[in-house]
Amino acid sequence: MGAEVLSVSTDSRFIHKIWTEEELSKMVPTGIPYPMLSDGGGKIGTVYGVYDEDAGVDIRGRFIIDPDFVIRAMEVLTPEVGRNVSELIRQLKAFQHVRATGEVTPSGWQPGRPALKPGPDLVGKVWKEWSPEKAF
Amino acid sequence: MAVDKCVSPAKGPIQSDTGAAAPPGIDTSIKEAPKMIARVGKPAIDFEANAFVEGGFTNLKLSDYKGKWIILCFYPGDFTFV
Repeated sequence: MGAEVLSVSTDSRFIHKIWTEEELSKMVPTGIPYPMLSDGGGKIGTVYGVYDEDAGVDIRGRFIIDPDFVIRAMEVLTPEVGRNVSELIRQLKAFQHVRATGEVTPSGWQPGRPALKPGPDLVGKVWKEWSPEKAF
Repeated sequence: MAVDKCVSPAKGPIQSDTGAAAPPGIDTSIKEAPKMIARVGKPAIDFEANAFVEGGFTNLKLSDYKGKWIILCFYPGDFTFV
């Protein structure tokens, strides 16, 4: 899929190093393949709308940025619930499909399923192409 | 990679100066605290941060990855549970 992953927390790079060595190495023996960034003070998290001033941490926010440096998607969760990586991958593939083909992806679209060609001919005819059970 | 010191300042958010030139005598070094400006369909906000990457320390900018798809993930902290 050719995407670069960057992780950001308010921890220092020194903490990132020790966390990688002490714990993550036991989950991912091959090593962490992406840069781990430090946002001390939460300035970056603030402009991305994910910094919690009361707790002093960046909460769980995820952004998809396209090759033109435009933000395409964002998801922000409070810390207790982890991400769904399958949904991230689905969204990334959907945005890549849109960019490559000019088609648009209806609700529930999965890679390989039909997308829609927007235009005058589709107006009032979406019912022929899509139905609610395809949302799941 | 440059010799690393204990403190290696990074710029944080890099916001283009969109305001008109300040009148003479106004100290432009005092800026308002940054506010949320990230929006879907709008340009990403560039920043520079300290990074731990492939076993070493460096500073990098989000714009270093311009031209690629980027997944930017914030999380509450190392050694936390989820």
